[in-house]
Amino acid sequence: MSVRPRAARIPPAVRVVEGYARTYRRTWKGTAVTTFVSPVLFLAAMGLGLGTLVDRGGGAAVPAETYLAFLAPGLLAASAMQTAATDTTWPVMAGIKWLKTYDAALATPVSPRDLMAGHLGWVLVRVTFASVVFAAVMVAFGAAGPLGAALAVLPAALTGLAFASLITAFTASRKNEYALASLFRFGVVPLFLFSGTFFPLEQVPELLRPIAYVTPLWHGVELTRAAALGGAPALPALVHVAVLVACAAAGFPLAVRALTRRMTP
Amino acid sequence: MERLRGAGVTTVEPIVDEAFGRSVGIRDPDGSRIQVNESDRSLYALNAGARTAAAARLARMADLVVEARGLTKRFGGFTAVDHVDFSVQRGEAFGFLGPNGAGKSSTMRMIGANSPVTEGHLRVLDLDPATHGQAVRARLGVVPQEDTLDTELTVFENLLIYGRYFGLPRSLLRERIGQLLDFVQLSERRGSKVDNLSGGMKRRLVIARALVSEPDVLLLDEPTTGLDPQARHLVWDRLYRLKQQGVTLILTTHYMDEAEQLCDRLVIMDRARIVAEGSPRELITAHVTREVVELRFPPGTQDAAAARLDGHARRVEVLPDRVLAYTDDADALATFVHGQDKGMHPVATVVRRATLEDVFLRLTGRSLVE
Repeated sequence: MSVRPRAARIPPAVRVVEGYARTYRRTWKGTAVTTFVSPVLFLAAMGLGLGTLVDRGGGAAVPAETYLAFLAPGLLAASAMQTAATDTTWPVMAGIKWLKTYDAALATPVSPRDLMAGHLGWVLVRVTFASVVFAAVMVAFGAAGPLGAALAVLPAALTGLAFASLITAFTASRKNEYALASLFRFGVVPLFLFSGTFFPLEQVPELLRPIAYVTPLWHGVELTRAAALGGAPALPALVHVAVLVACAAAGFPLAVRALTRRMTP
Repeated sequence: MERLRGAGVTTVEPIVDEAFGRSVGIRDPDGSRIQVNESDRSLYALNAGARTAAAARLARMADLVVEARGLTKRFGGFTAVDHVDFSVQRGEAFGFLGPNGAGKSSTMRMIGANSPVTEGHLRVLDLDPATHGQAVRARLGVVPQEDTLDTELTVFENLLIYGRYFGLPRSLLRERIGQLLDFVQLSERRGSKVDNLSGGMKRRLVIARALVSEPDVLLLDEPTTGLDPQARHLVWDRLYRLKQQGVTLILTTHYMDEAEQLCDRLVIMDRARIVAEGSPRELITAHVTREVVELRFPPGTQDAAAARLDGHARRVEVLPDRVLAYTDDADALATFVHGQDKGMHPVATVVRRATLEDVFLRLTGRSLVE
């Protein structure tokens, strides 16, 4: 019943986001290369280099004017996944186990739920920012028009959030970091390669296609590409959005539960 | 440092009467002014006897910071805390003394509303941590066993982010952090990365962090474990000052000197249970003699020598490397041991006052730090 200062009315999760942002001011250099340089490298090597060969082969192989235009939105969505995965594996383990900064936060009025909501909120900020940069590079490369590139940021960010939510739940339920490397090796990298990012899903053996259907990246790629190129996605857009939202919504309570069990036994 | 009572932040606390299960009034945090709700006055106005009982109950509640009865914590089949009873008064320094694994930290985490109670009754600041965890945490300052600082950030940033978790305005925090850094003697390291601080500095920073919300109660889990003697004394000095300012200190330690230095009252824990309770002096008086003679004998002669002490000391404790003889007059006993024809030839003799370590040894048969 104390007379609380004004800031107390800000939800705790928002204050957690603020804490992340403050921390990022110190640590942004570590991720700047990934954010700014890798879109340029990927679009130059794959889009221009490889793309020239693909386009010379007749151009009918991909449903876009050029291979670069086909590839760029796919890479945008896949990069969002990677940024999300990077921010929700080792940093989460550090908060739980190495630096124990989660322990510190949970000794304050912040609850595990606030902490997870703030964490995912921050990852969404990060993914959105990285996607905006990527979209700008796309425009610079002539891979998409400004409007298409701007629209494509939204599904890319949603793709990032879907992965962030699921992977945070995964990390928070691991005792140690050994499983995290496997997650990249057997999860993130195969999805990156085979979710319609570099070539249409029709090129993947029919037997393996269901893997793409039930994982978020293919849905994200379809939406992002449709937004950038102005075409229609493989399934109705609402279905793709629903899958991504469902992943984000399912991961959150799992993450809260895992963290609660772990940090407040 | 004054109590850093923040600009314009006034605090009154509810008085919750357990018999009625609700708030019946408000009071100042220091218990100086108690105001019972108009509508509840009649509850206390029945007759003189009831009024006295109610007044006593209110006074007791105003003074109790923590109350635990039959408090139990189990992790699966393992019982970490086994039906312990204790209470902490406002303004006192209360300690849990015991070896590693005795259940001290588990108890602290339950008090800190960071670990659900398995069984028993626990109230912290008149609140139930199970249902009012957030409110409890808002009013406690926690110094965890490990520093849990963000080593990438500066001293100032660590305090600022932590203070923001309490919902405190930035302008207030900026001012308060300056005062706190003065208090823990880290003002010159304000902009330093935490990574570059010494262990003692990090510990002091964690104490400053725990104070950022101006808590009435500070929970300290092993506040000086791993620090060198000089750093420990500095921490003790700061904690002592906080106590002088009226902050309630609740701490765990496995150092008997720390418990003796800081605690008004303590409980000795061993294997999930409380085995003794009292002030350091009371515990020593109740369980051991005032003085101790420590004797080291040449290898192989210890048992025979110890047998010769029978009847001359109040009690003799044989440890692997030395014999402890408990007595009310250590000098006389030492003189006796070194006397001619007593058949004892100690290679080293130390006369000292009895400590809590002796109490622990007496009660559990084991030493505190193994």
